[in-house]
Amino acid sequence: MTSAGRRRGLVRPYVITDGRAHPTRNTLDLVTLVIAARGETGGLSPEKRRVMELCRGGALSLAEVAGHLRIPVSVTKVLLSDLVDSGHIVTRSPIPSAELPEPAILQEVLDGLRARL
Amino acid sequence: MGSVLASDGVYLPETVRTAVKLLVVGHFAVGKTTFVGTLSEIRPLRTEETMTQAGALTDDLAGVPDKTTTTVAMDFGRLTLNDHLVLYLFGAPGQRRFTQLWRDMTYGALGALVLADTRRLEHSFDVMGLLEEHGVPYAVAVNHFDGAPVYAEEELREALDLLPETPLVTCDARDRRSSTEALISLVQYLYSRNRQEHA
Repeated sequence: MTSAGRRRGLVRPYVITDGRAHPTRNTLDLVTLVIAARGETGGLSPEKRRVMELCRGGALSLAEVAGHLRIPVSVTKVLLSDLVDSGHIVTRSPIPSAELPEPAILQEVLDGLRARL
Repeated sequence: MGSVLASDGVYLPETVRTAVKLLVVGHFAVGKTTFVGTLSEIRPLRTEETMTQAGALTDDLAGVPDKTTTTVAMDFGRLTLNDHLVLYLFGAPGQRRFTQLWRDMTYGALGALVLADTRRLEHSFDVMGLLEEHGVPYAVAVNHFDGAPVYAEEELREALDLLPETPLVTCDARDRRSSTEALISLVQYLYSRNRQEHA
């Protein structure tokens, strides 16, 4: 496969993820914030290197990584899980769905939106 | 494809520690993408997912891949609300068959704004049913289209079969102020619900 082909998404998702359909951890959510923890990318697949290149610039949500790199969310989850496991990426936890959001968070969202009027 | 690295405003401020999400949902062409685009501080992004339709009999349709899979797009935008809190808005179609997408989207979501169109009110039932199944509280915003019929609030509530406490507002998804106000109505509702449940 040529690199142009890869960019056009001609590589099947399971090739990018070494045949796995599921991430190694299920704590990653669309709005989990990720950032590169280290600079070197030796030994990483081209796709993981692209993720690292993007994440080196600053914090982004998992959904933004998927959107910028035009990779499906499911594949992005697998790639980021691997990169967290290998210490290349660190995450900041999302709010778990089982818990009610703190009223303080909702108050902050409300204040932030009102300030935009 | 240009590098995204050079463009300003791509990344979050370093101080941001918490990300929350609200959903913007509704039927086809109701204005979800417009709404997200009006409010987002970044150029809205899109993710595309290839979905296997739930319940499809894969064996029977082997060799006819177009019949078993479909592509679904999710548009999303971002609003940094203060130096440590960012809000993401996810706009996605309300079709029942996109099970995994709905699971991903609703996980941890604070709530949802259902966009409705007075010319096709009955098309909103599906998405409201899905939100209820996933336990996501919602408000309804009628996105006003030029030339669409205008109804009294009571009539709309009845047509949409809304609970008395469900907020119902009108908005123009092209207008930033109006769209912000619609989100504020939603979050006010979430806040009062939340206080009751915490009490």
